[in-house]
Amino acid sequence: MFNFDEIQKRILREVADLHKVPTGAYNFRVNGKLAGRNNSANIEITSKEDRSGIDIRIKAGTVNESVHIPVVLSASGLTETVYNDFYVGENCDVVIVAGCGIDNCGVQNSQHDGVHRFFVEKNSKVKYVEKHYGSGDGTGKRILNPTTEVNLDEGSIMEMEMVQIKGVDSTNRKTLATLKAEAKLFVRERLMTHGVQQALSAYHVSLNGENSKADVVSRSVAKEKSYQKLDLCIVGNAACHGHTECDSIIMDEGKILAVPSLEANHVDAMLVHEAAIGKIAGEQLIKLMTLGLTEKEAEEQIINGFLK
Amino acid sequence: MLELKNISFSVNDGGKTVEILSDLNLKIDSQKFIVITGPNGGGKSTLAKIIAGIEKPSSGQIIFNGEDITDKNITDRANLGIGFAFQQPVKFKGLEVFDLLRIASKKKLTIVDACEYLSEVGLCAKDYINREVNSSLSGGELKRIEIATILARKSKLTIFDEPEAGIDIWSFQNLIKIFEKMQKEIRNSSIIIISHQERLISIADEIIVLANGRIQKQGSGKEVLPTLIGTNSISNVCDKLK
Repeated sequence: MFNFDEIQKRILREVADLHKVPTGAYNFRVNGKLAGRNNSANIEITSKEDRSGIDIRIKAGTVNESVHIPVVLSASGLTETVYNDFYVGENCDVVIVAGCGIDNCGVQNSQHDGVHRFFVEKNSKVKYVEKHYGSGDGTGKRILNPTTEVNLDEGSIMEMEMVQIKGVDSTNRKTLATLKAEAKLFVRERLMTHGVQQALSAYHVSLNGENSKADVVSRSVAKEKSYQKLDLCIVGNAACHGHTECDSIIMDEGKILAVPSLEANHVDAMLVHEAAIGKIAGEQLIKLMTLGLTEKEAEEQIINGFLK
Repeated sequence: MLELKNISFSVNDGGKTVEILSDLNLKIDSQKFIVITGPNGGGKSTLAKIIAGIEKPSSGQIIFNGEDITDKNITDRANLGIGFAFQQPVKFKGLEVFDLLRIASKKKLTIVDACEYLSEVGLCAKDYINREVNSSLSGGELKRIEIATILARKSKLTIFDEPEAGIDIWSFQNLIKIFEKMQKEIRNSSIIIISHQERLISIADEIIVLANGRIQKQGSGKEVLPTLIGTNSISNVCDKLK
């Protein structure tokens, strides 16, 4: 796959499940530089001229196509802010994979701040997968601060899978979404922190159109001395349905602050939130131990299942 | 197969020591279908948990196939061949039915294997294999999945704590078939059932009546069953429907 070294290939596997060059459109960014790009007949990627980043334009009616835009930072001490804008035409059905992985073996911090904006036109469907991953044994921190802005036009649907399981020392995630009539947003966030990592994740979803719907579910695990703040807010400005769920497992000396909030500005806004924080239930461990697992193995299975 | 020697178990209840099991001695041979019955609060579930290693006895010794397992933990006992079916099945967020069966079976489980275990408990694999073992399943479904994990486990000695709880009459018949099949397929295996249910008690090779932490009666079904009729150690399906 191009001239990627083994570390870079491993990160690409972790964040984008890429074992070879993907079919369809892609844009590889490695250590702040373009490392490979492909456009398809319906998907055009161009570099921004005024700042770092790309524009991805998907023609109306594009179905069953994918775009991969993985980012790899394998050099210590790199700090970058990248602006990527996605313009999805009407009646599309596409998958967008945008992972970012940092391998930092050095003493300086490595940081990637990605600002993604989505403009999804009428009746289109987008599945967006964003995986964040960190590795390397250096003392330099691995920092990822993604901001995602989603604008859904009438009847459009966006499914977001946001995953950060390992190795990111500090993250400040912000996701903002506005939905017009009949638009739907489904978010599944999976977060795990360990060591002294810090993760802040905030969602602010505005349901502005009639019959718009949002379902934002975050599952997280805070291990060791890590800290998480999960701030999930849905605002109902029309006859709409909104649901947020924030479900966390706390372990060791972890700390979690869950702040679900709802704001109804319309009498027909139906909004629900659920939040739960707790340690792994003793009976769950016992059940798996009666099936032959050690306590540690049982714990791993429970967490893997929870974050699946 | 299993021998309990002078097992006692007490708990601290507001500064007062309450004895749940008192100097209990019990021998269970292989190829037996044993039912432990007795009034509620008599110590039946505690005894089951002590055998599985979930509770530690205050004193006494547990021998399994000639080995002293008193100090062995739940995992060790499970791997030595002791299975335990919970009265109240445990729920998991995220773990799917297939995951539980895979863990239980100790091997690379195929969909065909999983299908077999699930069909034995009257569930269609297609509908259940990828279901999370959480509150979206009914009590009856959870109970059947619990029993399927026991089938996948194939333990030499399996303890079922009130297997009929939460199971409807249709699956009650099947439950009995499952016990028979388990004994046939796992060589030299034994099953211990904690139950008040007359239909289960009536098919036991041996009945043990536990009350006030002591064995009150022990013997073959023929000997013990008639003495239980009309007592609070036994109930039948009709009682439940009244």
